[in-house]
Formats: sequence, C-alpha cells, structure tokens
Amino acid sequence: MHTIHSNDLVQPTLGRMVVDAPYVAEYRKAGQFIILRIDEFGERIPLTIADADKEKGTITLYYQIVGVTTRKMSLLKKGDHLQDIAGPLGHPTDVKRYGTVACIGGGIGIAPLYPISRAMKEAGNRVVNILGARSKDLLILEDELRAIGDETIVCTDDGSYGKKDFVTGALRDLMAKENVDVVVAIGPVPMMKAVSDMTREPAIRTFVSLNSIMVDGTGMCGGCRVTIGGGTKFTCVDGPEFNGHEVDFDELVSRLGTYRGEERVSDEKHKHACRIGLDRN
Amino acid sequence: MPELTPAERKNNFNEIPLGYSKETAMLEASRCIQCKKPACVEGCPVNVDIPGFIKEITDGNISGAFSVLKRTNTLPAVCGRVCPQESQCEAQCILGRKFEPVAIGKLERFVADYEREVENTAAREADGKKDKKVAIIGAGPAGLTAAGDLAQRGYAVTIFEALHSPGGVLVYGIPQFRLPKEIVHYEIEALKKRGVELVLNRVVGMSQTVDDLLDRDYDAVFVGTGAGLPLFLNIAGENLKGVYSANEYLTRANLMKAYKFPEYDTPIIRGKNIAVFGGGNVAMDAARVANRLGAENVYLVYRRSRDEMPARLEEIHHADEEGINFQLLTNPVRFLGDESGNLKGVECLRMELGEPDESGRRRPVTVKGSEFIIDVDVAIIAIGNAPNPIIQKSTAGLDTTKWGTIVVDSETMKTSKKGVFAGGDIVSGAATVIEAMGAGRKAAAAIDEFCTTGAW
Repeated sequence: MHTIHSNDLVQPTLGRMVVDAPYVAEYRKAGQFIILRIDEFGERIPLTIADADKEKGTITLYYQIVGVTTRKMSLLKKGDHLQDIAGPLGHPTDVKRYGTVACIGGGIGIAPLYPISRAMKEAGNRVVNILGARSKDLLILEDELRAIGDETIVCTDDGSYGKKDFVTGALRDLMAKENVDVVVAIGPVPMMKAVSDMTREPAIRTFVSLNSIMVDGTGMCGGCRVTIGGGTKFTCVDGPEFNGHEVDFDELVSRLGTYRGEERVSDEKHKHACRIGLDRN
Repeated sequence: MPELTPAERKNNFNEIPLGYSKETAMLEASRCIQCKKPACVEGCPVNVDIPGFIKEITDGNISGAFSVLKRTNTLPAVCGRVCPQESQCEAQCILGRKFEPVAIGKLERFVADYEREVENTAAREADGKKDKKVAIIGAGPAGLTAAGDLAQRGYAVTIFEALHSPGGVLVYGIPQFRLPKEIVHYEIEALKKRGVELVLNRVVGMSQTVDDLLDRDYDAVFVGTGAGLPLFLNIAGENLKGVYSANEYLTRANLMKAYKFPEYDTPIIRGKNIAVFGGGNVAMDAARVANRLGAENVYLVYRRSRDEMPARLEEIHHADEEGINFQLLTNPVRFLGDESGNLKGVECLRMELGEPDESGRRRPVTVKGSEFIIDVDVAIIAIGNAPNPIIQKSTAGLDTTKWGTIVVDSETMKTSKKGVFAGGDIVSGAATVIEAMGAGRKAAAAIDEFCTTGAW
C-alpha cells in the first residue's frame, strides 16, 4: 500500500499526485515509468515518473483524467492509498552530452519531459524547452522547466499565453536559428509524429516516449507492441523511448483506441456509482 | 469423477471436476495393488511415493496420506489438478494395461482438498533455524517450491515477484475453472505463516540486480522467472486491434478478472467469433475462456492433427465437449482488418502431414491453393513462450543457451555464477508445473548444501 501525500487538480482534467514509493524514488532514472493499480478492482496502468524525492521516499505523478482509473485517482485524498506501484520500469533515457537538445513537451507530456530535460542539462547540454498547451491554464511545470532550460519557449494553440503556435512551429524557428543535435518529444501522438516528420530530413536524432496500453509492464503480455522500423517491439521492455523516425504512429493511435467502447461502459458505471453514493472508494 | 456438464459450464468460471467424496476416494484407492516396484513413482517427475499415499487413503487416514504427499510435493492441490498424469504416473500404472489406471491425480487432489477444507492443518514448524538468507526471484511454481523447502529448512526466505499477486502462471495463466485461485492463495498463506517474506511489484534486474541481492543481504539467489515472453506468428496484420497473445488474454481474464468487467476495471474484447492458434494447454485454456466470455464461435486453429496436440487429453476433451470448433491441419497466413484497424478475419491454409521432423512428429506441409478465410474479431496466439530475458540481460557471468534459457547443472540447479541457482521454465523452456516444482525442490537442497558448506 502506498500512502498519498497530496493529490490536487492542477487543471480541471489534470491531477498531480505525490505518493509514497521509496524503492521507485531511490532507483528511478529519467524516462522510466511505473505501473499502478488503485485497488483490488483496478486495472494496471502505466504512468511516467515526473519527479521523485529520495529523502521522503515519494514520487510525483501527473495524470490526465481520461478513463476510469484516472477518474478514481482524482477522487483520492491525502492519506488514502494506492494498492500497487511497480517500477521503475522501462529503459531510462539515453542521457549524454549531445550539444544542443530541444526538449519538446505537449500537454501532459510536459510531466515526463521534466526529468529528462533536467538530466540533459545536468549532462552538460544546452537545453531548449519547447512547451505546448491548448491554452494558458492548461500549461504545467513552466516555472520548473524555465529554471532548467537555457531557453524555454511556450506556445499555446489559442494564443492565450506565449506564442500562438504549435510546438512544431517553434521547433522550425529554432532549427532555422541554430544547430539542434537531439530532439526529445513527448506529448500527444500527432505531436510526436509531426515533430519526427520535421526532424527526419535533417536527420536530427529524435526520441519519443510512447504511451501504449500495458498490462504487466515486464514483457509478458505483448499488449504494448508497436512497430518500430518495420519490426515489432514491446514498449514496456524495449522502450518506452524509441527513435521517432522509425515509429509507426498511425498503428499506435489505432491500438490506443482498442478499448474505447469498454472505457465508456466503465466510465459510465463509475460516474453513476459516484452519483448514487455506491462508489466503493 | 463427477463433473459439471458442458451446459453448466458455459457461462461461468467454476471448476469442472467436482472432486471425490471420502468414500469414493477410498474405493478408488482400494484399486491400487501396491506394486513392489511401483512404475508410477518412476513416471512422476518428483517421485511422489504414490503407493504410500494411496495406502493411507485406503486406511481412511487422509492426514497420513497428506504427510506422504507433502514429503515430495509442496503443492499437491495444484498438481492433482494440472499435472499431465496420463503421460506421467498414470501412464505407468500396471492396471492401465488391462483396465483404467488408478486415478492418481484425482486422489492427490482429494487428499489436498480434504486437508485444506476439513482438517485445515496448521503449518509444520521449521526444522531448526539458520542465520542465512535466500532470495527467490519469481513467485511461480519453481520459486514457491524452493521457498517452501528452504523455509522448512530454517532459512530466512524473501520472494521477489514482478506482479501484484504471487503464483506466477498459476494465477495469471491457468483459468479459475481449471485451478481455483483460492487454492493458490491458501498455499501462499501457508508460506507466509512459515515466515517467508513476499515483496510484490518488484522486477529484479530492472533496478536492483541479482548482484545487488548477493552483495547486500542474501547468501544465495534462486531464479525462477519463467517463460514469460510470448511468441507471435510474425504474419501480416498481427498488430490489429483484437489480436492478443494468450498471455495477455489470459492475464486480463484471470489475474485482472476482466471476465467480471465492469465490476473489475480491466477490459477485454468480448468477440463474437474468436480464433485461438496453437494446440497446447494454453491454447485450450484460451479457447475455453473465450467460450465463457460469450463468444458464439470459438475456433482452435492448429497446424498439425489432433494426435500431435501437446495439450493434455483431458483439456482437449473438455474443449471438445464445450463446443470448441477444431480447425486442424490449418495454418494462418495473415490477419485481415477493417479501415479502423480492427481485426475482421484470418486467412488460413490447409496442411497435410509429411515426413516426421526432428521432434518425431510428422511435419505439416501446405496444400497449395487451399486458402480460405475465417471471420473473427478476436485472435489469440498461443504458440508458446520464450524465457523472460530480464535476469539474463542484467546479470554478468550467467551463462545462457542460444534459446535464452539459463544453463544449470541438472542435479543441483547451479548456474555458472556462484551463489545463483535457477529452475523451472527459465531453465527448461516452457514445460509443466510439476517439472518446475521438481527443479525448485532440487535447488533448495543444493542451496542448503551451499549455504552450509560454502562449497561451489
């Protein structure tokens, strides 16, 4: 059981949870993830580790409220528990001194980007953060990333803050202005695809972090399989980061929709249970 | 043994064979002629004293029978259900030459169930206490057996398990109707009572490694991480939505209880037409789970004939009874999907049997021009598992075979690395529960020896 230290909605559909997980806090590296299960009835879902405090033995998770598990998570309070946390899982980011690294985060993808950006900076890179959100109030971790980055560019779709642009526009400007050695892009699949398309021609090494559906997270089920460079890989043990130029993003989008129908059933049932007070949490 | 009828099984996950009463068990036991040189014992991978425990049943001493079983078999309630007795002990039974062999497996199950339900025997005290610690990686049949034996010998034992629930294939793979999970939980509780520590959600080799365990606290490590890397067919369309590995399908259904969705949160696609590929026990399990999840048609597609199927006869029989549509001598060529990436069908080819291959089974050869399509919305690939690679990749000095299994001394289960032992599917490749338990038992004895003498 993992005690929750804090759990707040930082936006209407985005939560931030700090929870006890001393082993994960001790060993996690940038780019790794955990699998959690809320309670005995819960599914196992992967979430990237946004931050950790070794002394306190806690980790920080950001979650978008999109399905039954994240909806239930959003209802938990300080002092409540998560039943299971397994991790750290997956390969850490290949952090090295590359030169200039553009760290691109879109929406909730900014959360997993944060430790990578920090690790890239600590490894001696010039780090340019490009953060994208639909609007100003949907932007997270801006101050933290500004504190790390040599430069931090913020874009919003509606122009309510920073540049009115997509992250690809900001990347294009950056690439026109200076040499970029490596790009790290984490966010919605269309964003990662667009970034990868843009860096393919100039052959800029591009890492993307994939958010496939998983069950065990140890390579046992193969539910998270993705096509990379024409071959099948498992996101959990071969990733979660892959060369963006080799990822079949269309297949990923399709597979992410596998349980759309079931998700609606589950979500409806849960909302109904909440309304009539039968919610077992 | 009385069973639920196929109609009674169709929509639930209840166990099928209903078990013996004490009277029936004593009657069946009385058929054993107590051979002087019992061939059945030779047929058992862990050499259970079969005439010995059967004699106790005949005398009505079920606790006595249980003690005899427990001397060589840590999990009799499990083995009585999932062992392939028809090719092991019962295959050797002398009565089987003229009549039905003694129902050794069913008697074993009866004794273990009786003990659990009626007697509820307290765990035995450990034989003394040792100041050495042993780490077990993987809480499957091999690891649980090694842990039980070592705890009995007085060692401080910690089991590290990657999943949130111990049991390995017994909980994620084998369905409830073949092995009720309560039995596994009972055995785990018994281990805990004997002082075995369980660390769940811990994937050794991802952060802490085997070397870390040896450096820190542990005098020896046993690796029982199993064959948990699913093989796929490597044909077109395999990543369409609706194509599962048997591991994923069964894990969702069994471990995550997706058959109770939405009471449980984990979803599973409830297909109307489901094809399972393979001919082993896992394929039978997947097909029968699919049936219980409400599929209208469940096809079992196997490229050889029924005689070559590696599954237990009882499982093939049960699948047949439940209306699984066997498509034998049939091989999938490609999966077909719709514009949204959903599985729609599978194109197959008919096969015929040619010359025997290296396994001695006749090799299936394609029949030219025999392509046909089966309409399916779910496909389950059950053609086997490779060893889980995590420990091998993260442990220096651990010799492996070209198949990725760990090399051990077959008597002591010692690996090439001092202090590290291994057993079960991670050594043998995918095999049976009883063989994994046998390996766990051998390893425990060798670990005891190593910790006592320090000699490698």
